[in-house]
Amino acid sequence: MTMIFGVPLAVFLGQLTLGLVNGAFYALLSLGLAVIFGLLKIVNFAHGAQYMLGAFAALLGFRYLGINYWLALVLVPLVVGAFGMLMERFLLRRIAHLDHLYGLLLTFGLALIFEGTLVNIFGVSGARYTAPEALQGGMNLGFMFLPVYRGWVLVAALAMCLFTWFMIERTRLGAYLRAGTENSQLMQAFGVNVPLLITLTYGFGVGLAAFAGVLAAPLYPVSPTMGSSLLIVVFAVVVIGGMGSILGAIITGLSMGIIEGLTKVYYPEAANTVIFLVMILVLLLRPSGLFGKEA
Amino acid sequence: MTFNKKTLACCVAAAAATSLMASNAQAQMSDDEVRIGYLADMSGTYRDLAGPGGLTAMEMAVEDFGGSVNGAPIVISSADDRNSADVGANTVRGWIDEDNVDMVGGLVASSVSIAVSNVIEENDGLAIVSGSAASSITNEHCTPNHIHWVYDTYPLANGTAKAVVDQGGDSWFMLTADYAFGHALEADVTSVVEANGGEIVGGVRHPFPTNDFSSYILQAQGSGAKIVGLANAGSDTVNAITTASQFGLTQSGQQLAGLLIFLNDVHALGLEATQNLLLTTGWYWDMDDQSREWAERYYAEEERMPTMVQAGIYSSTMHYLKAVEAAGTDDPETVRAQMAEMPIDDFFARNGRIREDGRMIHDMYLAQVKTPEESTGEWDLYEILSTIPAEEAYRPLSESQCELVQN
Repeated sequence: MTMIFGVPLAVFLGQLTLGLVNGAFYALLSLGLAVIFGLLKIVNFAHGAQYMLGAFAALLGFRYLGINYWLALVLVPLVVGAFGMLMERFLLRRIAHLDHLYGLLLTFGLALIFEGTLVNIFGVSGARYTAPEALQGGMNLGFMFLPVYRGWVLVAALAMCLFTWFMIERTRLGAYLRAGTENSQLMQAFGVNVPLLITLTYGFGVGLAAFAGVLAAPLYPVSPTMGSSLLIVVFAVVVIGGMGSILGAIITGLSMGIIEGLTKVYYPEAANTVIFLVMILVLLLRPSGLFGKEA
Repeated sequence: MTFNKKTLACCVAAAAATSLMASNAQAQMSDDEVRIGYLADMSGTYRDLAGPGGLTAMEMAVEDFGGSVNGAPIVISSADDRNSADVGANTVRGWIDEDNVDMVGGLVASSVSIAVSNVIEENDGLAIVSGSAASSITNEHCTPNHIHWVYDTYPLANGTAKAVVDQGGDSWFMLTADYAFGHALEADVTSVVEANGGEIVGGVRHPFPTNDFSSYILQAQGSGAKIVGLANAGSDTVNAITTASQFGLTQSGQQLAGLLIFLNDVHALGLEATQNLLLTTGWYWDMDDQSREWAERYYAEEERMPTMVQAGIYSSTMHYLKAVEAAGTDDPETVRAQMAEMPIDDFFARNGRIREDGRMIHDMYLAQVKTPEESTGEWDLYEILSTIPAEEAYRPLSESQCELVQN
């Protein structure tokens, strides 16, 4: 059997695939953070909670309203995104002129409130959300048994990442967004409603988190704390990729998933730490991140 | 003024006499109150197995006891240790230094319990550990100041691992949470499996807590072991079992052995994913009439059935209060000795007694998770297969490394 660094090739490929699936989540979440930070300069610490709200909305929507998975995939990001817009309009906007730190504290506080409230109602054990019939079962890739759902997650997450990148970098609306952040006064002088643009952007970033939440619901027990454990890793990914870089977030997310996946084989004890080691290295060698513009 | 010197003197004398009488009755209760601290994970991974429900159980015990001991009111304070040994140790230090807390109960994550027991020993206090699993708590980490109540990793390994090996599961792959509890459980399982003719063919130590288990499950599948042993707890176990079912672990001929599974875990996972799982438990709400009776009362408060830890918190608090009453003092050393004097036989513990190493030994049970067809209700989850007698369930004192045990 072919061996790679003492590990059979089949195992190596299997871990690579799983790393890619986890990386897709990191990419999707760090993308939302990057969009929000890049355009609004808000360090959105509520992102993990918004991801969790997405999963919960899917679960509760199914339980009480009978909304199926496919519908939830479309509806939940819209609903949670709209909720995000309310947050932006009535809370974040009031402190937009202050230092970034205040936005960070406000979103962090909101995240704690969302989580605490749901912990009180639902506990932490989590509930199960069953994947739709069509995505159940598994496929034999030759080197591993891959559950169909994980394959779907990879495809759906990557498609959404590309869509976002295209929207921001290649469309007129995206151009407005980018221009608005460069010089919002000039944009306003041209007659563009910049505050509305900002609200929509925040809502879009939150919607991305909720979309990731719906994707995650059948994979992990849906619990109020599911987002907080992920958030710190996702922030590390954003720092590595470079704050505000869209493509950087996607590529870094995927590669960090792979690095983490391989660590789980070679030295599992360090699996939760390895991304932070990379972050330290990047901060030492390229402080603005791998894809960030030099400050 | 109608108040003359005589009546004044009379009043003062009466007041002095009353306070003297009162202080005689409570002479031995520090601060004239019995103060109990409840320390547990109230918001994280282990919240549902003890958490606020454990506090409810403790309050039920105090209420059933009558709210006071020999005239001294019983007061409970509670805090969230957030599964951090530092937070736990500092909270307890504050409780002892500033509030003169007499006993600390709850105590869930093993790392927190070990840190707290050190603080308790330094300050000559008393702690009753109910939620933790590490058998090292009354082995190499034993102190004269703490008692371990509900279960530990030794009977978990001894009950579940032995039953699984007896059924032919003789090659194991261990998935271990990388901290004190996981290591203790892994060590206990390894010795039981090997003693019964099985072998450990591989294992992974995963960080605590871990979100995604797919990589580890894949490694377990690749190991060729018949049994995948889960030496973890709480959401880690839930995540691992969920992932294993997605990856078709059991369809490919392997079997899961959950070594520490709580009622709330099985409830969360559902019977579809957990059916037929073997497990060892210290108590089950539906095991007999007196258990059911207490569980129904608890259910009325919390709208969930209690776990063994929550039941154990009630049992240990009750036993502590009885000992305080019998000893006539809340002095930790005297109460600890008194607790060991009195056998424990309540709805929770059968044939219970506290050994010199601080281990409360009592009958344990081998249980199997019911299939969805067998279950008749939301909480009808286990079938008790057999009783493991107290004296056989726990680590014998002859193997103890505890300094308090004369070997």
